[in-house]
Amino acid sequence: MSVPAELRYTEEHEWLAIDGDTASVGITDYAAQSLGDVVYVSLPAVGAAVSAGEPCGEVESTKSVSDLYSPVDGEVTEVNEELDDDPGLVNAEPYGAGWMFRVRVTVAPDGETALPPGLLSATEYEELTKSAG
Amino acid sequence: MTEFAGWLMPLRYGSETAEHNAVRSAAALFDLSHMGEIAVTGPGAAAALDYAVCGWPSALAPGRARYTMLCAPDGGVVDDLVIYRQAADRFLVVANAANTAVVLAELRERCPGAAVQDETAQTALIAIQGPNASRILAQVTELSPDGVRYYAGAYGKVAGCPAWVARTGYTGEDGFEIYCAPQDAERVWTALSDAAPGADGAGLPAAGLAARDTLRLEAGMPLYGNELGPDVTPYEAGLGRVVRLDKPGDFVGRAALAARAAEGPRRTLIGLVARSRRVPRHGYAVLSLPAGTTAGVVTSGAPSPTLGVPIAMAYVETGPEGPFGIDVRGKTEPADVTELPFYDRSKQR
Repeated sequence: MSVPAELRYTEEHEWLAIDGDTASVGITDYAAQSLGDVVYVSLPAVGAAVSAGEPCGEVESTKSVSDLYSPVDGEVTEVNEELDDDPGLVNAEPYGAGWMFRVRVTVAPDGETALPPGLLSATEYEELTKSAG
Repeated sequence: MTEFAGWLMPLRYGSETAEHNAVRSAAALFDLSHMGEIAVTGPGAAAALDYAVCGWPSALAPGRARYTMLCAPDGGVVDDLVIYRQAADRFLVVANAANTAVVLAELRERCPGAAVQDETAQTALIAIQGPNASRILAQVTELSPDGVRYYAGAYGKVAGCPAWVARTGYTGEDGFEIYCAPQDAERVWTALSDAAPGADGAGLPAAGLAARDTLRLEAGMPLYGNELGPDVTPYEAGLGRVVRLDKPGDFVGRAALAARAAEGPRRTLIGLVARSRRVPRHGYAVLSLPAGTTAGVVTSGAPSPTLGVPIAMAYVETGPEGPFGIDVRGKTEPADVTELPFYDRSKQR
């Protein structure tokens, strides 16, 4: 089970990579393995406003469907269209080619990029998956 | 791993899609030791089973098998079963794991003229399913697998271990189910796996419950708890052929089943192919379009690995004519009615 140290995580099993004011988002290796083979990913539209902790898409696997949550507030700037043809990328490379969408993170009034509280470090996320069994 | 009817079962060993495709294109192994095996034996066994189930076991020649059902007096399905006539006075009744205790109790009550013995704990069940199954099995048994007809079985040795080898399955492919002693199961499994080393030398793939479910769904086979249950008779499930009203004598459920046969099923089991990629799942409402009124409910649904689209079986209260949609978490997704099964191997090759 891979949990890259440089990423941030949510309790809903998303990862995010922050680059300036942009956050790239996907689901974790743990989530992908728990779901089984991903067969369809429904992503938000480019330009859509998303809110931290709110569902913005769906991940369908053979046995189940899960909501996809945005980990941040902001505007969707890009979605991974490769997943339309090859949703299995989510299982094969959850942190690479299986990324899902990018968000321009809302800037707070003080000019700082506003990350929501409660994002987890890799160590904290690993603890979470261990306690979940 | 997942809890299943009191057994700890693998949902998947690796990729369930790869496991599914292995069965369709080559072969894979299943550990089905959770299934219930109940022996009904003695000179009165055949007549006793004719009264207990809706099929006609006494008409089976020794060595043959039949898919049948145990019904309640009101015609509702208690369980669906495969019955093997292993000898003139010995029948092996195979029940769903979750229903084994109920089937055992019913058979004991319904078969006073026969010995009814639960052999589940003394029986392991390993299935090899797929177009290559016969060729692979032939390498580890002195039996001629091709000499065993579909829905028949024979006693023989597999990997040197005594076994009942039957040409049955729940995947829509050719294949065999091997009933053996639990202490021999690992040897049988390993011998079969090693007989098909494959390009990577890893042996035959193992397939879990997830692949088993998509395989049987594509083949249009009902699953107890989804398409079958106490609130439906075999007629609703489109399986009226298993009810042998033409057999002599009374049997449990006869009057109710004869009435249902005359009046027609109260619901219709249909096959649906979704037009969107959102997957209809068990319990989702089926809607009549364009009105959007509820017409029925999805009993089983999954993305079909073979067809590449979501498929579902559903009971509708109306006729089987659409158009229908499925309420997929609040949004209506159109779906086309299709003839069952979704996949028929005889039409593929």
